[in-house]
This record gives sequence, C-alpha cells and structure tokens, in this order.
Amino acid sequence: MTTRFPRPSFAVTVLACLALVLGGCATRVPNPDDPLERLNRAMFSFNEGVDKAVLRPAAQVYDTVTPQPVRTGVGNFFSNLGDLWIGFNNMLQGKFGDGFSDWMRFGLNSTFGIVGLLDVATEAGLPKNDEDLGQTLAVWGVGEGAFVVLPFFGPRTLRDAAVLPVDMKGDQVWTVDHVATRNTFTALRLVHNRANLLGLDKTFDEASLDKYAFMRDFYLQQRRYKVHDGAPPIEYEDFNGDGLGPQTGNASAADRVAHAALGRLELIDAAEVDHASKPLVSR
Amino acid sequence: MKAILVGLCALMLSFGPAGAATSELAPDELVRRLSDEVLEILRSDEGLRNGDTTRAVERIEEVVLPHFNFRRMTMLAVGRDWREATPEQRQRLMDAFYSMLVRTYSNALTQYRDQTIAFRPLRMSPGDTTVRVQTAVHQPGAQPVSVDYVLEKTERGWMVFDVVVAGVSLVTNYRGTFAQEIRAGGIDGLIRALETRGSDLVPPPAGQS
Repeated sequence: MTTRFPRPSFAVTVLACLALVLGGCATRVPNPDDPLERLNRAMFSFNEGVDKAVLRPAAQVYDTVTPQPVRTGVGNFFSNLGDLWIGFNNMLQGKFGDGFSDWMRFGLNSTFGIVGLLDVATEAGLPKNDEDLGQTLAVWGVGEGAFVVLPFFGPRTLRDAAVLPVDMKGDQVWTVDHVATRNTFTALRLVHNRANLLGLDKTFDEASLDKYAFMRDFYLQQRRYKVHDGAPPIEYEDFNGDGLGPQTGNASAADRVAHAALGRLELIDAAEVDHASKPLVSR
Repeated sequence: MKAILVGLCALMLSFGPAGAATSELAPDELVRRLSDEVLEILRSDEGLRNGDTTRAVERIEEVVLPHFNFRRMTMLAVGRDWREATPEQRQRLMDAFYSMLVRTYSNALTQYRDQTIAFRPLRMSPGDTTVRVQTAVHQPGAQPVSVDYVLEKTERGWMVFDVVVAGVSLVTNYRGTFAQEIRAGGIDGLIRALETRGSDLVPPPAGQS
C-alpha cells in the first residue's frame, strides 16, 4: 500500500512540471526523434531532483555501510527473483533453450544457492539473461513508439511504458503478500541498484553538453541492443570527403548518394558477431 | 664495423618507441596490450588511491591514446555535418572532443575495483580492415559488462575508433547532442559549446535550457 506514491503530491508535481515546461525551453530547437521532449525534460529534472534529495543519499549510506559480500548477496537475491519472469519472456519469444536455462537458474540458485544469495548457476555455466515484456513485444513486431520519461521510473519507450505494470507484476518482488516485507524489498532493491551506479554519476554529469539528450540516446541505444539480444548492427558511415572540405556543401545530389554508398561499404554487421554462443576465453 | 652499427640500430629500433613496436600487432593483441597497460597503471598509481587522476591520465594519454583515431571518432560523433566543416573547424572539433573525452572518462579511473578482462575469440578474415575486438569486464558480485573495441587498419597499424559498452557506442552516442547544438548554432556553435564545457570545471546550473 505504501509503495504507491501519494496522489495529491503527485498531482502537484505534475502541475509543477507542466509549469516548468510552459515557462522554460523556449529557445530549444525541437528534435524530430523526440516528440515529447518538453514534457520529458521536465520529468527528467523532476526525477533528478528526487534522486538528489532521496535516492542518492540513501545509496551513498548503503554503499558505505554494506560490506561487499552482503552487497553481492543482495544483488544475487533480487537477480534470482527476476529469473522466472525472464525465463517466461524467453519462452514467449520462442527462445526455449534460454527460457529453460533461466528456470534452471532459479531452481539451482533457490536451493543450492541458499534462496538465491549465491549465484551458483552462473558458475555452473548457465548465464544470466535480460528479458522483459517490452522486449517480447519488440520481438513480436511492436514498434517502440516515442521516448518518454516517466516520473520516478525514468526513461522508457512508449511500448515498454505501456506494459510496465505487467512487467512489475511478473516480477516476484511486487507480488509478495506481506506488505511490510514487500516495501522493504522494494526499497532495498531500489537503493541497491542505485548504489551500483554511484560511480558513474560524475562521468555522466560531465559526459556531455546536455545530460538529458545524452541519457536519452544512451537509453535508446542500449534498449535496442537488448531487444536484439546483443547484436544490433552498428553502422560506421564515412563523413570524410577529405580535401573537399566545405565545398561538399555545394555538391550535387548524385555526389551525396555516392558518398553515402561508400559509407555503407564500411558497415559492420554485428549480427554476425554472435555474442551469446561464444565462450569467453579467460585471460 | 658498419654491419655492427647497422645491427645495433636495428636492435634499438625494435626496442624503440611503442608506436614502432605495436604497429605490427594484430588487433586483439593490441587491445590486450593496451588494457594490460591501463590495468597496470590503475594498480600502480599512488595518486589514484587519493582520487588524484592527474598522473594516471598523463600516462594513459602517453601510452594508450596514440592508438585511438580521434579524427575518425570526432567525425562519427559529429555525423553528417562533418562534411560541411572547414579543416580549421575540424581541427578545433577534434581538440575539444578529445579533451572532453579525456576529462570525462578520467573520472571513471577512480572506480577501479579489481575488475578483470576476458577476451572473446577474434573473428576476422585476412582481408578485413575493420574489426571488433570483444571483451567482457568481470567484477566481483556483478554481471559482466561487455566492452567492445572497434578498430581499423591504418598505415600506423590498427587504431581504435569506437568503444561499445553494453551495446552503447560511446562515440555515436554523442551524435544526437552534437546535432542539437549544430541545429541551434551551426558548427561554430558546437565548437563553442565544447570549448566552454572544457573550461568550466563547475557543473552547469540545473535545467540549462
């Protein structure tokens, strides 16, 4: 019950965000790939505020007081709870081998791994997968839709946002009946996951000219990578036209087409580089 | 006598500057050598333990970064508008992007905690001029993160022009942000933004829109 965010303050927040949207951002040139940009930016800074005020401080405390073995256990525990739902989604996507492997993971780790505190399945050669209903829909051919930033939940594609409630239901943590336990688990997982990202804060802050746009592009690129199970083709075009310099601005359309065609020759088909099936060679 | 001199020169050359020795290396060997160098620097640098990255960054700039093709990286980050840039603009873009990348990722150096790197077998045909060296960074108690290096063959040996972390190309990920700056203020606008970003050490005010 208390996991729900109280309605009144939420409404106030949305209003505040809208006011922000209407007030600011007048000078920004609209980005055709991000139709909801204004709303998203407002939500993004709202989430940043929540993070700064609550989540990050909590994660910092957790980071200082928790010894590494405990952290590893916490991470493994939640990771194990997610494996049933991950396996189910692999089944829905027709990847039966992976699905069985996920369920085997759950079985092994829940028993030999002491309710999931140890990840013995990875040691036994069953790698962790990353699936959710959004990815399943993508495999079924549902487009991702616009990019949205949800309050509290952060960046999503419209497709993934739509199935978020189902994804949360499928996740074991949210179906624990005992309310206090569920709330504790939810909070712990949130803080644990945030603590894992603490080291990246400064890098992300300084990584770009515009944190929101950098985050958006990062998220979308990674999301597509997950949907393709680690093999989205990355294209490296050639924008050089060396020696032509600024004159290329006046080049004919035919020249441009030729340029583009040349660039395509460099296409790297990452699909051929099969991530999953290749064993790692340890150094 | 002359033969000895020539022999001595050849010997010195083979132990000469790193560039000469590494230009012959296969791409995966190069990446292996470079990551060994970085790990060695991370393990041995005294300053890093106190959060001082200066010395470590200097060493990395000296040993590792010469094997990165920053021209190609900048071109890929800027995208289509690179064609319209004058040679001077390109140079300034490269310089500014370089210092931004170095500054940004030097923060990450302090995050080193006993990570180890595993290499996947290289898949490459003899004629390939672009290859992707795939690695996975393992850290205690967490899922491994895939880190791939994309290299191209140049007359100076293999050069890295992209690093793909967990499926995200760190180079092309800048394209959206850069295009936005260019739409707003042209190529000079982007250069200005990058250069001012480099000079101010304090983070910009929140909601800088």
